[in-house]
Amino acid sequence: MNTIPPLIRISRLVMRLRPGFAHFFLGFLMIVSISHLGSVHAKPYIPDSDSLVLEHIPLSGTPQMRQLRAARLELSRDPQNLALAVRLARQLVELGRAEADPRYDSYAQAALRFWWNSSKPPTEVLFIRALLRQRSHHFDEALKDLTQVLQNQPHHAQAWLTRSVIYQVRGDYQNARQNCRPLLRLTDSLVTTTCIANVTSLNGQAEESYKGLLNQLSSTSSPDPQKALWASILLAETAARLGNSSSAEAHFQQALSLGLRDTYLLGAYSDWLLDQNRPADVQALLRDDLHPDGLLLRMALAAQQLTNDQLLPFIVDLTARFTNSRLRGDTRHLREEARFTLHLLKQPKRALQLAQENWKMQREPWDARILLEAALQSGNPTAAQPVLDWLETVKLEDQQIRTLVEQFS
Amino acid sequence: MNPWFVVLLSPILPWLCSDIAVAHKPSDSYLRLAIEESTIQGQWDIALRDLDYAMGLDGNDDGTITWGEVRAQQAKISSYALSRLQLEVGHSGCWNHIQNLLIDHHSDGAYAVLMFSANCPTTPRLLSLRYRLFFDIDPLHRGLLQITHQSRTQTGVFSPDQIEVNLDLTRNTFWQEFRNFGREGVWHIWIGYDHILFLISLLLPAVLWWEAGQWLAVDSFGPAFREVLSIITAFTLAHSITLSLAALELVTLPSQWVESVIAGSVVLAALHNLFPVIQIRRWIVGFIFGLVHGFGFASVLADLRLPASSMFVALGGFNIGVEVGQLVIVGVFLPLAYATRHSWTYRCLVMQLGSGCIAGLALIWIIERSLDLQLTNWLWQLEYFRN
Repeated sequence: MNTIPPLIRISRLVMRLRPGFAHFFLGFLMIVSISHLGSVHAKPYIPDSDSLVLEHIPLSGTPQMRQLRAARLELSRDPQNLALAVRLARQLVELGRAEADPRYDSYAQAALRFWWNSSKPPTEVLFIRALLRQRSHHFDEALKDLTQVLQNQPHHAQAWLTRSVIYQVRGDYQNARQNCRPLLRLTDSLVTTTCIANVTSLNGQAEESYKGLLNQLSSTSSPDPQKALWASILLAETAARLGNSSSAEAHFQQALSLGLRDTYLLGAYSDWLLDQNRPADVQALLRDDLHPDGLLLRMALAAQQLTNDQLLPFIVDLTARFTNSRLRGDTRHLREEARFTLHLLKQPKRALQLAQENWKMQREPWDARILLEAALQSGNPTAAQPVLDWLETVKLEDQQIRTLVEQFS
Repeated sequence: MNPWFVVLLSPILPWLCSDIAVAHKPSDSYLRLAIEESTIQGQWDIALRDLDYAMGLDGNDDGTITWGEVRAQQAKISSYALSRLQLEVGHSGCWNHIQNLLIDHHSDGAYAVLMFSANCPTTPRLLSLRYRLFFDIDPLHRGLLQITHQSRTQTGVFSPDQIEVNLDLTRNTFWQEFRNFGREGVWHIWIGYDHILFLISLLLPAVLWWEAGQWLAVDSFGPAFREVLSIITAFTLAHSITLSLAALELVTLPSQWVESVIAGSVVLAALHNLFPVIQIRRWIVGFIFGLVHGFGFASVLADLRLPASSMFVALGGFNIGVEVGQLVIVGVFLPLAYATRHSWTYRCLVMQLGSGCIAGLALIWIIERSLDLQLTNWLWQLEYFRN
């Protein structure tokens, strides 16, 4: 028996009666689901019919999957075959990106099992290990691996680029910029410009880096779609932070028109649409793409803006997912969990704790923003001081954040 | 630019900026064990996707897994999973056998649910669990363990770095058992809105008295305190009696009936605050309906699986827990009510509007409970989720 429908009915009744009580109810729900190991379903069952479809396996039956299966089989017979292991791991890493599914990251790690715990693995393994560690937010370990890669191969452009991005996520803009520089010699100017703009757009030169990157992109004839995607997303985000709505919209659309599946793009575009009070567009954008937690959160926020009946199942689902992450000791979702706790569970104190925990690890505009919002709503403006100081130092230009900062003075 | 580099760079670029794009859930399985003497009852939820990756469930390779495909491989799934889970007591293993394979749906998809039982050579004192499922192919897989033993629940997580969990299952002492059930009692009164609302409805007028068609504030603390004391004592006495009768299975009542009457008691108590037409002592009301609320508590206690060996300890603990929970509520309520009894806020807003809201809410409960039994059942199920 699925317990969610009755839950929704009760909640609707309760919400109609006493909205305050409804939040109490949601808090209760959270406790229940935590104590139930993240599952909100009541009873396992035996399906009535053999033909009942229980699960869809992504990409199953495609040539790509068959080839992967064959490679796995081959590797299981010869687990020390470096070339084979690296090739398989790379394919899985790429699949993980395209499908936004961490299971593939884990499969990639399994493919490199023979070298994974070694302190000096082959350079190719080191690099993939760094990528996977970066992805699971083990930034220190990832940087260590990348440094080792660059000691072995100073011309490893991807390693420079990855290091730059990690430093940028952590808000260390000086190091982030320095790691872009070697790219000038190693790769094309679109990548280099994007790498630099990725830093400077957050570091007091938003307008200039926007113009520079725009020029570079339009002067590159038939750019590689992946590179064009990165540049377009960055242009869109920069325009959004500068408050230039029409450009932001155009760049997001341009990025979408490249036709590459990209969860980051969908997330960033949804956030912007939510800021523009366009929840219906978020729902249209994400309709077919509900699996990743981050996108589920945006759908829930859209439903909230629409005061939509769909909100409660989202909350139930997200509660279960965040509870699970916690049990696993997974810290990748702190920012999302803070947003969820603040905006959907309406628990500003708890959200502030999460945002502070998150701020220790990463410092992108959204990390600052959620901390400021939580500090304001929980009536604890002093908690925001480290962020306010930091914003001052790095000269971040962001309209949404500026509005928040003004509320502190 | 080196063409080789283009090939390598292209997958990395968007992937790097996907950094914050949190993705699907990583793989987890949920292992729940309940230990009763030398038998361990297990429920193990394993994602069909993971089983497919490990052993290929999708027989016709069409990208979907049907119940037929799962059923056809039932034996293979069971032996694959159970061979990766060892339960040991002392140094001798327990013998696992599958009872059933069911399906459930978690937030990220369909799961095979293996119901199994393990027979151990002796009643476990030290139980060691070794878990190796999927770690060879998915190092980020985690096994989330929940183990219940004598009404006590422990949790743990299996990972490649932690494949073994050892549990000390020495018998709960008398005092531990008492405390565990005491905690359940406190918890139950706090999450049992209907009990709280009933009490509050009875207590609201305790700092007031009814004269000439209106509520007036009492002059001193003494009468208010005595009023509260008499109500609480009567309520407690009544529900202790019926709770014990029901727990010892001397009297059983249909739970839907009990739940509806409990909701009815809330409506009556709240309405009586608005229209105090019948002059009846509130402790009598507390006693009469306390009898019914006791049956409500009993249904929860039954779900907690009272250990037969220490029935009375558990019953006593639960009862005391309920009292402690009530006293906390009273302790918060009484000083506040007494301090504000003269104010318009208390007499009109809290007393009248509050009672009105309570009556309205409880009325909805009556309708829900008598019309749609599924809802009622479900609400009560929430509480034994925790086992």
